[in-house]
Amino acid sequence: MLKKLVLDGIDWVDARIPMTDTWNKHLAQYPTPVNFNFWYFFGSLAMLVLVNQILTGIWLTMHYNPSAEGAFASIEYIMRDVPYGWLLRYMHSTGASAFFVVIYLHMFRGLIYGSYQKPRELIWIFGMLIFLVLMAEAFMGYLLPWGQMSFWGAQVIISLFGAIPIVGDDLTLWIRGDYVISGATLNRFFALHVVALPLALVGLVFLHIIALHEVGSNNPDGVEIKQKKGTASEEAKGKFVFHEQYSGKKDIIDAIPFHPYFTVKDIMGVSFFLFCFAAVIFFMPEGGGYLLEAPNFEAANGLKTPDHIAPVWYYTPYYAILRAIPDKLIGVVFFGGSIAILFLLPWLDRCNVKSIRYRSWKHKLNITQFIICFIVLGVLGALPATPLLTTVAQVASVGYFGFFIALWVYSKNEKTKPLPTRLTH
Amino acid sequence: MSNAPDNSGRRKFLTLTTGVVGAVGAAAVAVPFVKSWSPSEKAKAAGAPVSVDISKIQPGQLIRVEWRGKPVWVVSRTQKVLDELATLDSKLRDPASAEAQQPDYATNALRSLKSEIFLAVGICTHLGCSPTYLPDSFSEQVEGVESGFFCPCHGSKFDMAGRVFQNVPAPLNLVIPPHYYISDTQILIGQDKGDA
Repeated sequence: MLKKLVLDGIDWVDARIPMTDTWNKHLAQYPTPVNFNFWYFFGSLAMLVLVNQILTGIWLTMHYNPSAEGAFASIEYIMRDVPYGWLLRYMHSTGASAFFVVIYLHMFRGLIYGSYQKPRELIWIFGMLIFLVLMAEAFMGYLLPWGQMSFWGAQVIISLFGAIPIVGDDLTLWIRGDYVISGATLNRFFALHVVALPLALVGLVFLHIIALHEVGSNNPDGVEIKQKKGTASEEAKGKFVFHEQYSGKKDIIDAIPFHPYFTVKDIMGVSFFLFCFAAVIFFMPEGGGYLLEAPNFEAANGLKTPDHIAPVWYYTPYYAILRAIPDKLIGVVFFGGSIAILFLLPWLDRCNVKSIRYRSWKHKLNITQFIICFIVLGVLGALPATPLLTTVAQVASVGYFGFFIALWVYSKNEKTKPLPTRLTH
Repeated sequence: MSNAPDNSGRRKFLTLTTGVVGAVGAAAVAVPFVKSWSPSEKAKAAGAPVSVDISKIQPGQLIRVEWRGKPVWVVSRTQKVLDELATLDSKLRDPASAEAQQPDYATNALRSLKSEIFLAVGICTHLGCSPTYLPDSFSEQVEGVESGFFCPCHGSKFDMAGRVFQNVPAPLNLVIPPHYYISDTQILIGQDKGDA
């Protein structure tokens, strides 16, 4: 009786919007390569963190006052007077760093398994746009507490636009809406942080996933799971039913449905992630000054610069590149270039083999040196610049950009290993 | 691409012209959105240039004017001070003002438009304290130099052209704001000559 009522209800909805069909297409009958490993946790974790940021963000907005006069005090109010306000804020501030942790690991996965390669270029482009919007989102969010580091960090970053010839000064004035960082700047950053950029972010995540599901997921072997119709054995195709959209035109091998197999696997990842996340929130929300910087516990003061201005950790690699170059304009060009060049990755890599497992020693070496340079730059960007460290940052910057140049050169005629015909697991 | 079986040339023309007119309209609508980010009238009033009357300034005297929330110093330098400035190069971090801390017209030996009148933002380039003017007791800070600016917060020292001494925390010379002489006795701070 009840079951019939539920089924009738589903039929009623399905006749009006494609609910069951969408569920099957993207979850219950979406073919997922069977050999997904540890590195495949971070996409779903990024979604989790996005939801965390939106939810805690909405709640923080209920208590926050976006004005130069009231912003700092309202953060104190949230921390001390609002019931559980401290928890909501720490979830949000820790969530920002967690977002970058999972996104960087997610990007690393794409890098080593060649998930950006043809035909997945657009997935990578949408992903890079998500990364870009996320950086803007975090930067604007960091101004909102209106602490000393909020103020001076924004001062430094907005001043970067001043390096652009001719229009630079007018552009910085336009961004700030005042001659100094002021309440006008705070209000517009607030609007962008809570409305405009989250909308863009959600839209881009949607496109990222639609693009992914159109071509299908890559996997650690970098071998496609879709074969020409009628060529795969019954054993390879397995017992699972996949949505007509995928199985209609191609034979699908070595795949299992996303739900329930990977939903459950991802929930395992979620529970481990939440252990770490909660540990930071409860025991080290300031992260030793790297997640919430000490000068930000003092209200913004345009007449007093903090001792040492360092960006939050997730920006430090690019900031180190900026500082490593002694000329302001060229520094800004390379700073922007360090992000922009990532967009070109699908075209810089000219190899047909995707996964690092079957690529040459040159590629393995190149990726290793890239990761080392990236981490070194990240550490240096948080430290005060001394002549020695600047030299180190210059060497690491060469390594960073050298990765892309070297990749373009050797990938054309790369000596790769033979690919397996089936996924290895 | 288009799904117009009849009169497709006419349909193309209509689509194109409608699109162009629509784009012009969209561009026009963008104007208020873009312009609203410019400084408001209130911000402009608060950031407006200020004029300072220097007719009553005495030799060696310093007067303070507030511009955009910052103290701006106007100092009358005596000939003795100017003579002393020429001898300091070896003790300074950036004697020739290579760093762009001043407008082009103040990138000279005395960092000023007129040699006797010195004008600078009175904010230390280290941590933003306001240094103290020591017209005749600066030699306690730098031996053999009679006058200068000393920052009480972290001990940074600047000469009478706002140039920073070596071995102090401040990295850069004091900032010279844009300014020009309206008349012999009036200076406008916050605007370059010829700018509206």
